[in-house]
Amino acid sequence: MPDFAWMAWTWQTGLFFAAIASLLLIMTLLAVYRPETERVGALRIPTTRGDRLFISLLGSAFIHLAWLGLVGPGLWWASGLSLLYAALVFRYV
Amino acid sequence: MTKVLNNKAWFFVLPVFAIVAFSAVLPLMTVVNYSVQDTFGNNQFFWNGIAWFQELLDPSTELGGRFFEALWRTLLFSAIILLIEVPLGIAVALAMPREGWTVALCLVLMALPLLIPWNVVGTIWQVFARGDIGLLGWVVNHLGIDYNYTGDPLDAWITIVVMDVWHWTSLVALLCYAGLKSIPDAYYQAARIDGASRWAIFRTIQLPKMRRVLLIAVLLRFMDSFMIYTEPFVLTGGGPGNATTFLSIDLVKLALGQFDLGKAAAMSLVYNLIILAICWVFYTVMTNVDAERERVEA
Repeated sequence: MPDFAWMAWTWQTGLFFAAIASLLLIMTLLAVYRPETERVGALRIPTTRGDRLFISLLGSAFIHLAWLGLVGPGLWWASGLSLLYAALVFRYV
Repeated sequence: MTKVLNNKAWFFVLPVFAIVAFSAVLPLMTVVNYSVQDTFGNNQFFWNGIAWFQELLDPSTELGGRFFEALWRTLLFSAIILLIEVPLGIAVALAMPREGWTVALCLVLMALPLLIPWNVVGTIWQVFARGDIGLLGWVVNHLGIDYNYTGDPLDAWITIVVMDVWHWTSLVALLCYAGLKSIPDAYYQAARIDGASRWAIFRTIQLPKMRRVLLIAVLLRFMDSFMIYTEPFVLTGGGPGNATTFLSIDLVKLALGQFDLGKAAAMSLVYNLIILAICWVFYTVMTNVDAERERVEA
């Protein structure tokens, strides 16, 4: 087993990437077993599940940054807000 | 008709996935990893949580102050570049000949600045704009205008903007020219029969037909100017003071000059997110303009 200690990985970043990888895996499996067609929602653009995931992730990153810059630490609130935002995106966009 | 299901092609794509993972995904993951740590050299890292991001997003700190200053500077630069290069590119494209041997000559001349490597462009302008041995600097100074791009922030900005306009306007012009060439002659004949003015032809025929290429031009020029590094780095090195220190230059100073990997990683991630968001907006607009046009034409 090669030694990757020099890359200074931490379990927190590992967890973060594992979450992203699982999301991608779930989306791939969904695309295979539950194929879907594009739909036009609140943004007036055709979106697929993958598009909505991308919009949710990108928006969540900005929600966390905005929370940190405008309110301060305590990012659990920002995470909650991001989940709500993602739910809205998946429902209406 | 039965659909042929053959997923063997995926095996041919696997090497690309492997190369992209090694050259892009893993380095990006490393940056994310560094952004939550601090290092004091000797490859020793310490957990720092979200502290770098907190400092970066607070304009009252040293890191936040320089980040926001560089961000506004870069946005201002991109805005100036778009405001100058897009109308100028359209004007040049409209003025270019449509037939005859001059077309080829024009195209070659227009393409020349695009072929010059960025650091060479910086070096050319560094010498060209010098007050003692540069043609531009010497002439401007002898016209009685006090010009010194190494000492005066405004002069440095003007020089960088003019350099970029010189380097990249022809890209916008060539794209617009391609859009103009695709307009059938029948449109112009109809306009002549209707007695349309030059302005009316431009507004109702040429501009709508150039919309797609213009969007591409705006996207390309925005992204390039927002990520500009080499030319201003060679020309001014980010100076005088920090007057022309754009985000990319600041990032390199932070990461390689000061070796503050954690801070630099946090800054790169926020920079990357801004670029990603703007790219997505442009891409979405572009693809939807296309889809809309196809619907209209169908």
